[in-house]
Amino acid sequence: MTAHAIEPSVQKLPTGIASFDIIAKGGLPRHRTTLLSGTAGSGKTVFAMQFLAAGIRDADERGVFVTFEESAGDIRTNMRSFGWDLERWERDGKFAFVDASPDPHVETVESGTFDLGALLARVEHAVKRIGASRVSVDSLGAVFSQFSDQSVVRRELFRIASALKAMGVTALMTAERTDDYGPVARFGVEEFIADNVMVLRNVLEDENRRRTIEILKFRGTDHQKGEFPFTIVPDDGLVVIPLSAMQLKQKSSDIRVSSGSPELDKMCGGGFFRDSVILVSGATGTGKTLTVTQFLNGGAAVGERCLLLAFEESRDQLFRNAIGWGVDFERLERDGLLRVVCDYPEVLGLEDWLLAIQRTVAEFKPNRVALDSLSALERVGTIRAFREFVIGFTSFIKHQEITGLFTSTTASLMGGTSITEGHISTLTDSIVLLRYVEMFGEMKRGITVLKMRGSLHDKGIREFTIDKKGMHLGRPFRNVTGILAGTPVHVSPADVERIWSHFEAERGERRADSVVTDGERRRGSDRRRSS
Amino acid sequence: MNDSTPQGGTLATYVLRLYVTGTSPRAQVAIANLRRICEQDLRGQYDLEIIDVLEHPEVAEREKILATPTLIKQLPPPLRRVIGDLSDKEKVLLGLEVRPELPATDRPDHP
Repeated sequence: MTAHAIEPSVQKLPTGIASFDIIAKGGLPRHRTTLLSGTAGSGKTVFAMQFLAAGIRDADERGVFVTFEESAGDIRTNMRSFGWDLERWERDGKFAFVDASPDPHVETVESGTFDLGALLARVEHAVKRIGASRVSVDSLGAVFSQFSDQSVVRRELFRIASALKAMGVTALMTAERTDDYGPVARFGVEEFIADNVMVLRNVLEDENRRRTIEILKFRGTDHQKGEFPFTIVPDDGLVVIPLSAMQLKQKSSDIRVSSGSPELDKMCGGGFFRDSVILVSGATGTGKTLTVTQFLNGGAAVGERCLLLAFEESRDQLFRNAIGWGVDFERLERDGLLRVVCDYPEVLGLEDWLLAIQRTVAEFKPNRVALDSLSALERVGTIRAFREFVIGFTSFIKHQEITGLFTSTTASLMGGTSITEGHISTLTDSIVLLRYVEMFGEMKRGITVLKMRGSLHDKGIREFTIDKKGMHLGRPFRNVTGILAGTPVHVSPADVERIWSHFEAERGERRADSVVTDGERRRGSDRRRSS
Repeated sequence: MNDSTPQGGTLATYVLRLYVTGTSPRAQVAIANLRRICEQDLRGQYDLEIIDVLEHPEVAEREKILATPTLIKQLPPPLRRVIGDLSDKEKVLLGLEVRPELPATDRPDHP
């Protein structure tokens, strides 16, 4: 291989469709035809039109839309909801329809062989007339249904595809498929017409609709692999949510910010990192919302803007609780330091929540975002969609150099982990656990910093109390073991001393640590017996 | 546009338009086939216009023509379309709704 061979031979045309260009590594292959296949209602027509609309709006590239299915009039009306004024663009010579939709009032009889020469002449004419560089054809399946002689249609589609190439336009053709995970397209030939194939899916998973886009092949050039979720929203049209694309570029900050509790800051080795994401996990009533309240108050105290996304409690409840801990949310709101978004998770799908949150963040520009709780959002979508939401959200706020704090609710009162944590713990930088600890007929609360990426932290489990001024951290639970497992067992101080003597080498530095599991304890006593 | 002058009695003037692509062999075949049908079955009572879509793509756009050759019967109503090289005469007559002169020989290959 020479150095010349490495140079990309296929150029990409940025489509302007939000985030699609990221997964397509630059856009659609320029001067080529790309097939977009999908089941009914998967968003093919919207994508095909948005490809043109984005070109007109963002790059002054003109577009021709060839429609075989819906009439031009219907499409003009339908696309108005996305803010695309096709009539105006048609008047301005930036956009043209080739309306090849069937006319239900005219009967057509076939007698002898034919070709689609007239269609090709119309497309070429439209492209030349407005100087188009983008062409969308929607949809190939509808051409087949207009003519009885399928072999003629096949032959003619090949001819049109090669004519589009000769015209030097970048083209997108849509095709129907009957099954979300079946043959690429219904007539089995469409995929050979195009150099590039993409698939839109609209799958029903656990009673939730999930839209994804996948690039199957880009001949001679690179793209990201796998399915990427997308959503269709008014104003913007189709928005792709790129997952892997966002993670790599994150910067890492070593600037510390306060958690709002000086004692918790001390446990974390001096506070949270500024662009980190912290997960606070605990059973109901352990103090998650309090941690959130303190986190927001701590930000506002130093003049930072804070956004609270509350999915569990009503606005009134949140504000009343905060007052109970000595924090006046209303005043913070008046000062412009706090914004509270309070809603039922069910009102939107997870992809739409992600977009809505991103918009709020872009507009309010907060320094801190708290989400209470992820577990409430989890019930809106599938596990996979949820994981994608968290990936999208965490990478988004890290990009903005925002400190994020999420809560998650554990199912059991005394311990264990939630399903939520299992799916997202690797995505968060720090994990704070809040746990109930039963001691001598009394419920106490324990807090521990389980993980603190990039920093030393206190590994003890400390008792804490809640009063009118918030959270107060006390001493570590020295003589209790099995707290995290949800089965606290008391150990006499003499036992603790004896166990630690087995770890003599580490003793000096780890003396302050207090977690001793059941297994270690047993091993310790076994060894003692055998000696 | 031709005037629509309805003829009395059994004879009507057929206003026909044939859309073809250039001077392709298929266009030539279609034109020859159509001329023969017109002389034999329409007894000269027709007005035929041949349009090359390569020269007049805007007309093809307005009339929403996809296939070539396409024959359109403008008059008498209703509007009818026949696509193909018009080699199947029966289908052309059926498509144009031309009534056969001799009803006795109608549908000879009916089972």
